[in-house]
Amino acid sequence: MIRLKALLIKEFIQMRRDRLTFVMMIGFPIIQLLVFGFAINTDVKHLPTIVFDQSLSQDSRDFIASLTASQYFDITDASTSYQDVTDHIQSGKTKVGIIIPPDLSANLKHGQSAAIQVIVDASDSMAASSAISAAQMVGQLKSQEIILNRLQGYTGKTFALPVDVRIRPWYNPDFVSAFYMVPGILGIILTMTMVMITSMAIVRERERGTLEQLIVTPLKTHELILGKIIPYVFVGYAQATVALLVGILVFDLPIRGSLGLLYGLTSLFIIASLALGVLISTLSKTQMQAMQMSFFIFLPSILLSGFMFPREAMPLFFNWLGNLLPLTFYLQILRGIILKGVGLSVLWTQILALVVFIAIVLTISIKKFQKKLA
Amino acid sequence: MITLENVTKTFGKQSAVNGVSLEIASGEIFGLVGPDGAGKTTTIRMLCGLLSPTSGNLSVLGAANPEAIKHHLGYVPQRFSLYGDLTVMENIRFIGSLYGQTTDKINALAANVLNFTNLLPFKDRYADNLSGGMKQKLALAAGLMHKPTLFFLDEPTTGVDPVSRREFWQMLYQLNKEGTSIFVSTPYMDEAELCTRVAFMNEGRIISSGSPQELRRSYKYQVFELSTPDRNLKARLKSSGLRDINAFGEKYHLVTDSSPTAITTVKAALAAANISITDLNEISPNLEDVFVALASEVN
Repeated sequence: MIRLKALLIKEFIQMRRDRLTFVMMIGFPIIQLLVFGFAINTDVKHLPTIVFDQSLSQDSRDFIASLTASQYFDITDASTSYQDVTDHIQSGKTKVGIIIPPDLSANLKHGQSAAIQVIVDASDSMAASSAISAAQMVGQLKSQEIILNRLQGYTGKTFALPVDVRIRPWYNPDFVSAFYMVPGILGIILTMTMVMITSMAIVRERERGTLEQLIVTPLKTHELILGKIIPYVFVGYAQATVALLVGILVFDLPIRGSLGLLYGLTSLFIIASLALGVLISTLSKTQMQAMQMSFFIFLPSILLSGFMFPREAMPLFFNWLGNLLPLTFYLQILRGIILKGVGLSVLWTQILALVVFIAIVLTISIKKFQKKLA
Repeated sequence: MITLENVTKTFGKQSAVNGVSLEIASGEIFGLVGPDGAGKTTTIRMLCGLLSPTSGNLSVLGAANPEAIKHHLGYVPQRFSLYGDLTVMENIRFIGSLYGQTTDKINALAANVLNFTNLLPFKDRYADNLSGGMKQKLALAAGLMHKPTLFFLDEPTTGVDPVSRREFWQMLYQLNKEGTSIFVSTPYMDEAELCTRVAFMNEGRIISSGSPQELRRSYKYQVFELSTPDRNLKARLKSSGLRDINAFGEKYHLVTDSSPTAITTVKAALAAANISITDLNEISPNLEDVFVALASEVN
C-alpha cells in the first residue's frame, strides 16, 4: 500500500506540473462537444434543389410548394433545360433536380398517372437518402389527396384512409441531433483521452529510462499498473462531468434516468479504457508506437461502436467486432440512461460486458508486462 | 555474494556478454573495467534483474531470483533515471517509499542521505536543473534510502567533473567502510586503481581479474615512459622491435619484451631522426598498460 500510495502521489505531482496537458484534458471535451454538437446533424434538410418546371401550371406550383414546405428542399435555381439540371448536379451546385413534365396538368385532369422525376446526387449517401424519402413522402401525400378528392367528387361522401400508420418517435420525438450526438461524443472523448494518456504512461517511463530505476525496486507489476490507472480515473470523471454540464446547459440534454447510476457506470468505462491503454503501453516500445496503436483503437471505436453508424446495418462479423470495444457498451448505457431513462434491469448485459473486458485486459497487461528491460 | 557461472547474454545475433564467470566476496569495492561496448552495462543489468541471461547461472546475495533480494540492492544506472519534473526531495521520498519505508523513517533518512551527498541545499530544486555530477549524487542518495547491503553503480562518474568525481569516490569509500559492498563499472583506469578488486572486460569477456596490485604484478613486459616534443612517434618507431606504443597525454609508454636492446634501438632511431628526448625512464606499469596488453593478447 505504501508503494502504491507513493506512486499515486508522484503521478499527481507530475500531473499538476504538466499544466498544458491538464488544461487540454479539460478544455478538449468542451471544445469538441460544442463543435460537433452543433455541426453534426444526421437529419439532412435544406438540400439545394434545381427545378425544371415544363408544366408551369397551378398543379406544378402546388407540388413544388409541398416540397419546399417539407423543409428538405431549398429551391435555389429554376432551369429551362434538362442539360442545365445535369450541369448543376454535376458541378455540385445543387444536390437534387426536379423535373416536371409539360403534360402534368393534362394527365392529372384525365385521371392518368403523371411522372415527376427526382434526380438525387447519391455520391453523398446520407443526403441522398434524406431527399429520396422526403420526395417519396411528398409524392404519396399528394397522390392520396388527389385520390381522396376524386372519390369524394364521385360519391359525395367523405373517406378515411384505409390504413393509417401513426409514427411515434419515442425518446427523441423532435429528432434533436444533439441528444443523440452529445452522449456519443462524451464516449468518444473519454475513449480518446483515457486510452491515449495511459498508453503513453508506462512506455514514457521506459523511454525516459525511469522504468530502469522502478524495476530494481520491490514495486510489483500490479502496483505499477494500478498506479498508472487510478489517477486518470479522476481525470476521466472531470471530463465526463464537464461534458455532461455542456450537454445539459448548452444542448438542453435531458437526463431521464438516474444520474448516480450514470456516474457509477461511467467508472466502469473509464477503467476499461484505461486498461486498454495500459495494455497498449505494455506492448509498445516507444511512445510513437503507443500512439499508433491508440489510433488503431480510435477509428473502429468511432465507426463500429454505433456512435455514428447504426450497428444493425453492419454485417454480422463487424457487428461482432464492435462487441470487442468498450465504447459500444458504454454508448448503450449512456443513451439508455440519458434518453430512455432505463436502469440496471435493462443495462446489466452491458455492465457485465465491461466488467469482463476490464478483467481480461488487465490480466493480460499484468501477465504481459515483464519487470525487465528487454 | 555474487556468483556468475558462464553467463552469456545475446541480443538477436549480437552477443553482449560471452561466457562470463566471476566470484565476488562481500565487503569489496569491485570494479568492472573496460571500454565502451565491452558488456559492462549488460552485466550489471543482469545482476540487478533488469535482464535475464540467455544462458548460464548467476546468483546475487544467494538468490537466483532477483525479485527476492530487491530490498537489499541499490542501483545507480548509467543514464539518469529519476524524475526531472520532481524535486530532489520528492525523488528521494518517492524512491524511499517504493522500498516500503514509512514517512517518519523517510524524513529521518532523507536528511541523513542529503547531508551525506551534500545535496541538502538543493533539496527543493527540480532534478532536471541539477548538474551532471549532482544528478549522480541524487541517484546515489535515492539508492541509499533503504540502506542496501549491495550497491551497483554503472559508470557513475562518466561525464562528471574531476572534483565531483573525487567527492563521489570518497562517498563510495565511506559507504564501503560502513559495510556496503560496492560493484561499480567504469571506463576510467584511474578509477580502477581505487577498487579493492578489478575485472577487466573486453568484447563481452572477462580477460583478467584480481586486485590492482595483483594485476600489475602479472604484467609480463617492461614499460618505459618517454617525453618528447615529437608527435609522430608511432610511425617513426615502427621497426624498432617495440611491443606497443601508447600515448598518455603528452607522454608515451613504450612496451618491450626485453629492455636493453629495444631501448638502445629507440634511442638510436630518435637520434638518427634528430629528435630530442626530454625524458626516458623505466616505470612500473599502470592498470591501463596492463589492460591494453591483456586486450591485445586475447585478440
